[in-house]
Amino acid sequence: MLKDQRTIAAIATPRAAGGIGIVRVSGKDAPAIADKIFKAKSGKLPSQSEGYRAHYGKVFSKERALDEAICLVFRAPHSYTGEDTVEFHCHGGLYITQSVLRAALDAGAFPAAAGEFTKRAYLNGRLSLDRAEAVMSLISAQGEQAAQAALTALEGSLAGEIKTVADELIAAAAKLNAWVDFPDEEIEDTDPERLKAVFKSALDKLQGLLDSYDLGRAVTNGVETAIVGRPNVGKSTLMNLLTGYDKSIVTDYAGTTRDIVEETVNLGPLVLRLADTAGLRPTDDPVEKIGVDRALKRIERSSLILAVFDGSDSLTPEDKALLSKCAGKPTIAVINKTDLDRNLDLDYIRKTIGTLVEISASQGWGVEALTKAVEDLLGTADFDAGAAILANERQRQCVLRAANNLSEALQGLESGMTLDAVAFSNEAAIEALLELSGEKVSDAVVNEIFSNFCVGK
Amino acid sequence: MEYFAKEYEIIVIGAGHAGIEAGLAAARLGCSVAVFTLNLDWVGNLACNPSIGGTSKGHLVREIDALGGEMAKVADKNTLQTRMLNLGKGPAVHSPRAQIDRMTYCIDMKYILERQENLDLIQAEIIDLHKGKESLWRLKTRFEAIYSAKCVILATGTFLGGRIYVGDVVLEGGPDGMFPANDLAKSLRKMGLPIRRFKTGTPARVNRLSLDKEKMEAQHGDNQAIRFSFSHEPLSKKDIPCYITYTNRETRDIISSNMHLSPLYSGKIEGTGTRYCPSIEDKFVRFADKDKHQVFVEPCGLETEEMYLQGLSSSLPQDVQEKFIKTVPGLEKCRIMRTGYAIEYDCVDPIALRPTLEFQDFEGLFGAGQFNGSSGYEEAAAQGFVAGVNAAHKVKGKAEFILDRAGSYIGTLIDDLVTKGCQDPYRMMTSRSEYRLVLRQDNADRRLTHIGYQLGLIDDDRHEVFKKKLKNIEEEHKRVQSTVLAPSQELNALLVSCETSPLASGTRLSDLLKRPQLNYEALTPFDKTRPDLDQEIFEQVEIDIKYEGYIKRQQAQIEEMRRLEKKPLSPDLDYAAISGLRLEAREKLAKVRPLNIGQASRISGVSPADISVLLIRLEKGPVE
Repeated sequence: MLKDQRTIAAIATPRAAGGIGIVRVSGKDAPAIADKIFKAKSGKLPSQSEGYRAHYGKVFSKERALDEAICLVFRAPHSYTGEDTVEFHCHGGLYITQSVLRAALDAGAFPAAAGEFTKRAYLNGRLSLDRAEAVMSLISAQGEQAAQAALTALEGSLAGEIKTVADELIAAAAKLNAWVDFPDEEIEDTDPERLKAVFKSALDKLQGLLDSYDLGRAVTNGVETAIVGRPNVGKSTLMNLLTGYDKSIVTDYAGTTRDIVEETVNLGPLVLRLADTAGLRPTDDPVEKIGVDRALKRIERSSLILAVFDGSDSLTPEDKALLSKCAGKPTIAVINKTDLDRNLDLDYIRKTIGTLVEISASQGWGVEALTKAVEDLLGTADFDAGAAILANERQRQCVLRAANNLSEALQGLESGMTLDAVAFSNEAAIEALLELSGEKVSDAVVNEIFSNFCVGK
Repeated sequence: MEYFAKEYEIIVIGAGHAGIEAGLAAARLGCSVAVFTLNLDWVGNLACNPSIGGTSKGHLVREIDALGGEMAKVADKNTLQTRMLNLGKGPAVHSPRAQIDRMTYCIDMKYILERQENLDLIQAEIIDLHKGKESLWRLKTRFEAIYSAKCVILATGTFLGGRIYVGDVVLEGGPDGMFPANDLAKSLRKMGLPIRRFKTGTPARVNRLSLDKEKMEAQHGDNQAIRFSFSHEPLSKKDIPCYITYTNRETRDIISSNMHLSPLYSGKIEGTGTRYCPSIEDKFVRFADKDKHQVFVEPCGLETEEMYLQGLSSSLPQDVQEKFIKTVPGLEKCRIMRTGYAIEYDCVDPIALRPTLEFQDFEGLFGAGQFNGSSGYEEAAAQGFVAGVNAAHKVKGKAEFILDRAGSYIGTLIDDLVTKGCQDPYRMMTSRSEYRLVLRQDNADRRLTHIGYQLGLIDDDRHEVFKKKLKNIEEEHKRVQSTVLAPSQELNALLVSCETSPLASGTRLSDLLKRPQLNYEALTPFDKTRPDLDQEIFEQVEIDIKYEGYIKRQQAQIEEMRRLEKKPLSPDLDYAAISGLRLEAREKLAKVRPLNIGQASRISGVSPADISVLLIRLEKGPVE
């Protein structure tokens, strides 16, 4: 069903790493949603702001600050969509923009459908007819694309998993309805305990899917990975080895990489968004210092750290400083230059970092071991690329809604609510799941009744 | 020789449950109406089971009553026993059902039609229908009288092209020994209506005196009789029992070994049968591992010993029917009075209808009841009422009368028919309504009486009574919200015995009623200020309070749904010319021709993306 009065949100910039990421929220609740997730340094609430105003501050998810951002407020009708609109301009990078989007959705926005901002812009008279025609073809083209996407292994197995859960719930709904619609027939009484078991098992499965969401995102959007180490241990060589071409300038001179060099690479089933950082060492060179500071910050926010050490050298104070920085973080100690004689105290490193991989970046040795270590560390070793995972916010929202409705159904059962009310919650859960496939609840349930129960006069 | 007999504003073909409500509603709205029937003695015949109501059908009957229809009142007058089904399963699914004296029901209905102002009840077979001059419909009877009318309502039931099957015996006929309407069927096909064949069936009837009641379980009505109508007519005190028994292995063996004699499985019957009303042979085929199927033996009237065998519908040869019926405990020595049969009939694909039940392509022609692909007396009556009101409004130049899904089962029924169509005879079910926590049988009057009053089919007296009821409900709501019960040993003892937590401090009566474990009855000794009101007032208040959270959520869904219903689509829209619509959506939309975006969104094969495209097109203004 179309919900064009809902407040919608989406990432408005391309799904790729970039300097700035924009999350747009449009609809009458946009300012109120902004109040919930944005704190301006000035203390001013976005909902109190006039249009065409920018506010500097931080975006929050619950109590946790996600990022610094500029919050732009537009007032209807003076916005792209013609509705009240708030845009959050945050640092680029999918992780941050996704987190900001999720915060907006958790605060009450609905994920925007393909082309929905533009559609609203037209409906509110902000776009010309030819643009609108273009949107029409865009919408249908995207529908086709979505249909195509559903054929991929990833989406297909998700659909399968959701269908399994939906089918279980539909069977329960059909039984409840047959029991209600055909009271004279011999349909065994609906046992609340069994119903509870069905709901619980479905809820567990949905919870599993929700838990897979971050993993799914890691697979589709990439894991933010920092390559760190003191100068000249071979970070850039490793980067180049993994990317397959000379992205970083490799010299024998320490401190060649002064800023962060980023690249996306495939490692097994995973996408790593690699950042080659400046070598960590005390320095008085102001430019190099900036690079070192950035590298340190990068350690803080990365989901995976590849800490590179020179196997042919003994541990330096910089190495030890790096080890203490990485303590407690998802880190792999990459022992480079194994083509040379070993001088490094591996046991010392093992005290801090559990996973060690020996490679020779220059010789191309050890990539397989590194891949395996990454998979083990991120819990993706058993990850089957065809397994069901939630890959986007829309799917997550549908599954979340279904899970919430199931919890409500369980609560209803616990508190002794009559089964007509429990059935309502169950059907709301089914509706949320079927939304991903476009089926309709009542049709599904009625068909199920007739195929499974011998009812009628 | 043909001769011109009379012009009416509205002519109804058929005096079954649909035709009756259509004729009465139209006449009561001031139109001159003729209702034609093939047999005056069977007006409102309960041709199959002798009962009215049941799950979701009881809702329909009460809704018809709240709008000013007739079925509920006549049913109440002729009950043999009444039951509220699904007690204990929650108020949304409580459903009233009554066993009905079918003979006296017919007599009463006929009498009401006879005495209705503006209405002529005529026995005649219509053999031809076509559009004449000045856009009037012309109808010709078997005896060559010509009638004309601005609007015609087709309520032909199973008579249209009716064909009866018993084993290898096939005959053209309607139910209960009446003849079929074959020439009218030809005339409608010639006109180009999208006619198709559906099939239904009925079981044998047996003599009660030949039954062994000891071997069956008697089922009586509720201690407290219930009524369908909100009009407070006196309640019938009768309680004639039904009996419950079961088929067994032997029944199955006889049927299985004779399956080749069934016209259903020998391929003789082409019509699509009801999924919900399978014949006994269907049941054994589809559920091969089950021997035991329930048989419900129902009385057909006060002054008859005839009993109806619900669950044993069959079109097997008469001798096979007799054989398998006698395997059922209690029926071993039964004497069969009528044989079961299957009946195949012409009906229309309801996609061709508008939500007013007027044909999209034939102005002034309406359909109602089984003719529209539905099944059941109550479904028929509901459509008859809506078609009758719309025909009258058309004649009078008044606005269309459309009930939406969110407001009634009637609206749901008609929307399903004209939007989704039906592949087999359509039966109402509670599961068909997504709003069933709000669309309850107990509040049909609160939902619809004001609409019936606006139509002019609910009179002032009844409207006053209704307004009083609303006021009582409102005041009782205020009272329970302001009444605080102090914790006491007795009260807490009661709460604990009801398995709910005791009170630590004063608590509002409304908060106690919210607890699923408590109700008005249990709290009686502690509720000192309770006024002396009808039980139904307390029922409404209790449901409102107990289900408040759910009801609010449904109301939110309803608002969303109604918002989309307010975005109209022109019936003349050329969907083929709208770029961006997918091919399947174009075809479906062109067929259904939805009245608004909401209806369009419910068509299967129309995706949310198609709806977006339509919304954009809609904003572009009228399409040439």
